[in-house]
Amino acid sequence: MLTLTCPCCGVIAEETEFAPGGEAHLKRFGPGSSDDEFEGYLFARKNPKGVHFERWRHAYGCGKWFLAARDTNTLEVFATYKAQTTEPPADVIAKIKAKRPDWEGYK
Amino acid sequence: MKRYSMFAVAREAMRFHRGWERAWRSPEPEKRYKVIVVGAGGHGLATAYYLGKVHGITDVAVIEKGWLGGGNTGRNTTIIRSNYLQDPSAAIYEKARALYEDLSQDLNYNVMFSPRGLLMLGQTEHEVRGYKRTVHANRLQGIDTEWIGPQQVKDLVPIINIDGPRYPVLGALLQKRGGTARHDAVAWGYARACSDMGMDIIQKCEVTGVRTEGGKVQGISTSKGEIDCEQLAIVVAGHSSVMAEMAGFRLPIESVALQAWVSEPIKPCMDVVVMANTVHGYMSQSDKGEMVIGGGTDGFNNYTQRGSWHHVEETTRALVETFPIISRLKMLRQWGGIVDMTGDRSPILSKTPVEGIFVNCGWGTGGFKAIPGSGYGMAELIARGHSPLTDQFGLDRFKEGRFIDESVAAGVAH
Ligand SMILES: Cc1cc2nc3c(=O)[nH]c(=O)nc-3n(C[C@H](O)[C@H](O)[C@H](O)COP(=O)(O)OP(=O)(O)OC[C@H]3O[C@@H](n4cnc5c(N)ncnc54)[C@H](O)[C@@H]3O)c2cc1C
Ligand SMILES: [Zn+2]
Repeated sequence: MLTLTCPCCGVIAEETEFAPGGEAHLKRFGPGSSDDEFEGYLFARKNPKGVHFERWRHAYGCGKWFLAARDTNTLEVFATYKAQTTEPPADVIAKIKAKRPDWEGYK
Repeated sequence: MKRYSMFAVAREAMRFHRGWERAWRSPEPEKRYKVIVVGAGGHGLATAYYLGKVHGITDVAVIEKGWLGGGNTGRNTTIIRSNYLQDPSAAIYEKARALYEDLSQDLNYNVMFSPRGLLMLGQTEHEVRGYKRTVHANRLQGIDTEWIGPQQVKDLVPIINIDGPRYPVLGALLQKRGGTARHDAVAWGYARACSDMGMDIIQKCEVTGVRTEGGKVQGISTSKGEIDCEQLAIVVAGHSSVMAEMAGFRLPIESVALQAWVSEPIKPCMDVVVMANTVHGYMSQSDKGEMVIGGGTDGFNNYTQRGSWHHVEETTRALVETFPIISRLKMLRQWGGIVDMTGDRSPILSKTPVEGIFVNCGWGTGGFKAIPGSGYGMAELIARGHSPLTDQFGLDRFKEGRFIDESVAAGVAH
């Protein structure tokens, strides 16, 4: 059972209070983009075994979307952070690096 | 290879069972193979088997990081059916179901295929309409399914509660030749037959890299050294994205946990498989007497083979309402597997951006039933460059928006 902290309202709760929303920081491609770009945006996923950045929604709480950095191989949650960013903030990266020195960084 | 038979059993009984031989060899890897299959689950082993049997290609190695059949193939609830909605699905799942019918004879290994009948309950008006549509589609596809009413359901499954307060049983989609088989035996039977054809099954050997040159595959790096190959088939279910990353491309796949659990063994009480997709649960009784239960997947990416408790709770609650007699049963074991989910809930059997590399993945929550058909089609794809069974399941369908949508027809895991 995952325990997550909602960065929007501060509540610490079990996963049943949240709804998972898949990979975070997707770069959106719309009209005018190539078929490959559009396909990549819609379907291709990193799905890594290890550090993963992902979207969650505090569905049975404040209702807001937020992001989380989590290890898919241990279920350890490194940090949760607000969704208004196009890539993981420096302090989140630092927290992950401290625990996973071999991690190749955000790509 | 000595064949298994009644005479062999009698002969061995007379000499204290000292004459049985190992079912497969455990060789060290060679430097080079024509075809390397990564993943000794059912799909990888079946791919190798039909490469040899149908196409005469036996210079094949199957590389497995753990033990053969230790992935999802040895963790699933063994439901076999072919009552899918779309034509390409019907073709490959029915090919598989048909091959299961005499797989034991073909492999000379008892896979305990038990076409005991399978019911998918309709518990909302919407579901009833959906399943009736499937029955019509199946009729056109030449697949034997029918729609039956609530009283017929009760006759087939006396322990069911058809007038549950919330979701009464309004009828069911019945596939009489659906059922179950012994999962380990499917992997073991294929492995034994592959080994007998001279193929190498290499266990405890993890693939750690894929070598390519000029967009063409050269070989793989493993915990037992470098191995070269002409063609590489990646058949690793939940780890498909990890292997694709090694080869330099991405897949439309997310890996999530799916769980199953079994009760203590009880006397025979249900001789069909029952799936209740609206309430998210399904159940069958194993030959040992255990009630075998499964439900839905977790929603988040996961490689731990451990699922979330609340799904166990949700499914058990739903099944207790559907089958009141199980309320006093103790659960014996629970486990999880990592399933490879695609957006349209259909598999990917395809060439890839790297020449010589093929993928067979995306079977998600429902690939056990497909093992023989998938192996048959995949072998043809590798040997001939295409196969009528796999042509529609290529990676290009995502770019083209040509989905094979089975997410409506099969709302729950199985
Ligand atoms: C709980 C549960 C219940 C299910 N119930 C059903 C059901 O009732 N009916 C049904 O039809 N399907 C069911 N399924 C789905 C079914 O189990 C799978 O679709 C099917 O078994 C997949 O087979 P596979 O051969 O592709 O994968 P697997 O059996 O998982 O084999 C893949 C193999 O690849 C190996 N591997 C991975 N990475 C590497 C590497 N780097 N190097 C070497 N080897 C590697 C793994 O160790 C593994 O043995 C269920 C699944 C689960 C988890
Ligand atoms: Zn909140």
